[in-house]
Amino acid sequence: MTLLNLCLALPVAGFLLILAIPKENHRAIRTAALAVSLLVFGLSLGLAVRFDTSLPAYQFVTNVPWIASPAIRYHVGIDGLSLWLVILSTLLTPVGVLVSWRYIDRRVKEFYALLILMESGLIGVFVALDLFLFYVFWEVSLIPMYFLIGVWGHERRIYAAVKFFLFTMAGSVLMLAAIIYLYTQAATFDYPAILSLVAEGRLRFSPLEETLLFLGFFLAFAIKVPLFPLHTWLPDAHVEAPTAGSVILASVMLKMGTYGLLRFSLPLFPSASREHAPWIAVLAIIGIIYGALVAMVQPNMKKLVAYSSVSHLGFVVLGIFSFTQLGLDGAVYQMLNHGISTGALFVLVGFLYERRHSLEIADYGGVATPAPNLAVVFMITTLASIGLPVLNNFVGEYLVLQGTAQVNFRWTVFAAIGIILSACYMLWLYQRAFFGAAPEPVRAHVHDLSPREWSAILPLVVLMVWMGTATQTFLPPIGAANARILEHTRQNVEFHVKQRPPGAASAEVARAR
Amino acid sequence: MPDSFVPSPQEILRILPELVLVLAGTLIMVLTPLWRRQGDGRFGVLSLGALAAALVATVAAHVHRGPAFQQMLEVDGFATFFRLLVIGVGGLTALLSLPYLRREQAEPGEYHALLLFSVAGQSLMAAANELIMIFIGLEISSIASYILAGYLREDRRATEAALKYFLLGSFATAFLLYGVAWIYGMTGSTHLGEIQAALTVAAPPPSELLVAVAAAMMFAGLAFKVSVWPFQVWAPDVYQGAPSPVAGFLSAGPKAAAFAVFLRIFLTAFEPAAERWAAFVWWSALISMTLGNFAALVQSDIKRLLAYSSIAHAGYVLVAVTAHSEAGAAAAMFYLAAYALMNVGAFAVVAHLARKGERYVEVEDFAGLAVTQPGAAALFAIFLLSLIGVPPTAGFFGKFYVFKAALDADLVGLTVLGLLNSAVGAYYYLRILVVMYMREPGEAAASAPAPTSATRVALWICAFGTLLLGVWPSLILGSAERAAAFVR
Repeated sequence: MTLLNLCLALPVAGFLLILAIPKENHRAIRTAALAVSLLVFGLSLGLAVRFDTSLPAYQFVTNVPWIASPAIRYHVGIDGLSLWLVILSTLLTPVGVLVSWRYIDRRVKEFYALLILMESGLIGVFVALDLFLFYVFWEVSLIPMYFLIGVWGHERRIYAAVKFFLFTMAGSVLMLAAIIYLYTQAATFDYPAILSLVAEGRLRFSPLEETLLFLGFFLAFAIKVPLFPLHTWLPDAHVEAPTAGSVILASVMLKMGTYGLLRFSLPLFPSASREHAPWIAVLAIIGIIYGALVAMVQPNMKKLVAYSSVSHLGFVVLGIFSFTQLGLDGAVYQMLNHGISTGALFVLVGFLYERRHSLEIADYGGVATPAPNLAVVFMITTLASIGLPVLNNFVGEYLVLQGTAQVNFRWTVFAAIGIILSACYMLWLYQRAFFGAAPEPVRAHVHDLSPREWSAILPLVVLMVWMGTATQTFLPPIGAANARILEHTRQNVEFHVKQRPPGAASAEVARAR
Repeated sequence: MPDSFVPSPQEILRILPELVLVLAGTLIMVLTPLWRRQGDGRFGVLSLGALAAALVATVAAHVHRGPAFQQMLEVDGFATFFRLLVIGVGGLTALLSLPYLRREQAEPGEYHALLLFSVAGQSLMAAANELIMIFIGLEISSIASYILAGYLREDRRATEAALKYFLLGSFATAFLLYGVAWIYGMTGSTHLGEIQAALTVAAPPPSELLVAVAAAMMFAGLAFKVSVWPFQVWAPDVYQGAPSPVAGFLSAGPKAAAFAVFLRIFLTAFEPAAERWAAFVWWSALISMTLGNFAALVQSDIKRLLAYSSIAHAGYVLVAVTAHSEAGAAAAMFYLAAYALMNVGAFAVVAHLARKGERYVEVEDFAGLAVTQPGAAALFAIFLLSLIGVPPTAGFFGKFYVFKAALDADLVGLTVLGLLNSAVGAYYYLRILVVMYMREPGEAAASAPAPTSATRVALWICAFGTLLLGVWPSLILGSAERAAAFVR
């Protein structure tokens, strides 16, 4: 049993454990959920410690047959790309448990059981190396989130939950069709095997085939990211979800989409990816600016943060489709950054909601006076989110912009506008909520962070600084994985270098030759 | 001419499941007046015992498999697969009927006898290799089902359902019989293998028009039984009116048997003409899926909703038939087994909540069931997720195998449309989940009694099977694949 399998199996065991606890015993249920999720987090840190960046292959691999016909294998393993995403999932689950401690007071047992079960699905998505297994985890993680939003959400929770489910389902059935079609061509679901078939030129698609397959995968991922104009489910889902749901959704689930793009779309369909890159980049830039502008006018805090996610994820997609090492590194770094800082924002908004029972910005004001520590933490998170140097988002955004500049400088200019806008909406939010005169309900109900709340938010704040300053802790495995992905996008590809002006041939094109 | 019409012991063994069922059914009929005074549980026990014995007999027959009665029956893996399936469905239905009959104070004797006859007919259909045999099996199964659908005589909806089912069903059977006559006229045989040979090598070959007409008529008769477009109209009314356990039975047993016949006829006898009928089945599959799913979106009665959903699911199975390959047949078989488990389970929950006189059968009546009866709600959720096709459930692998078979046969358009259909289908199943989990308990859920032990056993069997096939589909897919070897 490798460490990775333990990380996958423990949440399922935890799920069964929680089911076995009598439902009146809320304390035991919460404690069990926290213990299991912390244990999984501890184990996943072991993955990082024992991960060897110098090895090109997947690590902690398990590859055993699951279903005989058609041959489907339980094939899992991690590389530098999945390593941090796994740890992100295992980190945010205990945070989700902690922020729900008071927040969830009805049907407690079901809530924690689903939350812990979901962890398994999330980790599975990032470690599956069999396309079929990947699809299974992809779908499995959907169900708990559907219930979390639908049962424990706010007023319009049912609408939001159903919309979330149907959007994702519609995208993923097309991905299933593409996966099955790949199988009929490659005679295997094993991802590394298919990849080597593609790389060696033994599996070739006609341009039409490749475009359709690419779109089948892309649509599923783009909905999950979400890429403009497929983002409309996101604000609804975020606003209606309970705090833990929003946190996991924003921090981990959205990354499933960008992870899929990097892991599957680019290496499997390099020509189609490159061919569609300009269109996708334009959509990403529209998402960056549109998301920021819409965020600016939101009267609802959660909606504001949700639209800011659309904007931030636009950077990730832009970085991925720049096809440069820097762009890809920045995209992955930004995936982690967004997980930390937006996760923290949702946690903090949840804290405010627990005090004042409102998400309307207009209901707040002067929070800094009764809750100075909360205000400081919120400030750090805000600054991280708008990309202040020394904090994490700056690194990711910078790398993305530099990578994009190597390809198309105009994209960089437009994307940079998004950063300026993010400062506008975040600082304005901060000003309206934390400064000024405090209305009576704020003075009456808002108090400072409790020890439990500190324990949920502090790790995230520490990571914001750590990731903003000591990037070498995180970047080497990411860089190595991205280099291999880029390598795959160059093999056996007849892409048109002609499209670029000869003078502007970047280092990346030179290497491709 | 055969030497002797006296059946050999082996031939008796090969028809033993049907013999057991028919004898037990007759025995119950005889005992009905005698046991009238003494409790009603006995018939149920007798019927369950007979079904268990039939299961054993099926396995015994499979050990000595081969043709019987001048090749009118063919006991092969395919026959055994469907025999086990329909007998299993019969067993679950008998189990669910125990509390149901007690609740409705209905006569148990005749009910169980009819159930056994119906299962016997389906079992015969599964093994039949000859058109007259198929017809006899179909009639035995259907006539018993007509009466079962209207078993609650006092209930006007049930009577209407039975009448509709009977009239339209007879009409469809007439088509089938007419098709048999055409085939016999063209090829001089009713044996499937001989028909195939006649259509392939006969000189001069039979007129294509005649073959097309015959195939169309057989299709009409069978399409009615499996409720696919354009002969699906009866299903919602009948499912709504019939007693809930019977509705579950109709959606699983007779449908599976009719599909068995469908596969046998179209993949052996009519295989030479596949080019002609495949196009028509393609459309029928597509329209059944689309119509079933979209009509189910607007239903408020859960039995009608499940009826439309069963039309859609029959459409998915037809996708596998359209592929007309070995993989397609195996996928259809797997799908039918998965569907039987999840749908009988779903109807079991409906029957449990409906109460006397089927009072609570609106989707709204499930409000808050997760609060008042978390166990029943969780099991229903498993069935619904399986009907949507979410892993790791049997329904997911059913869809996966069906659409994989379709892609293998280059049916790309049908696959994409079918998968999009299943996303549409997700919506109405989700509606039930929403009501169950995300609403406050209503009157129906608050007053629901605890499930009886019989209901509980049936529910757990269905749920366990649904999950088991979702984690370990090879368990029956392997045998389905071997059984499907009869194709070509």
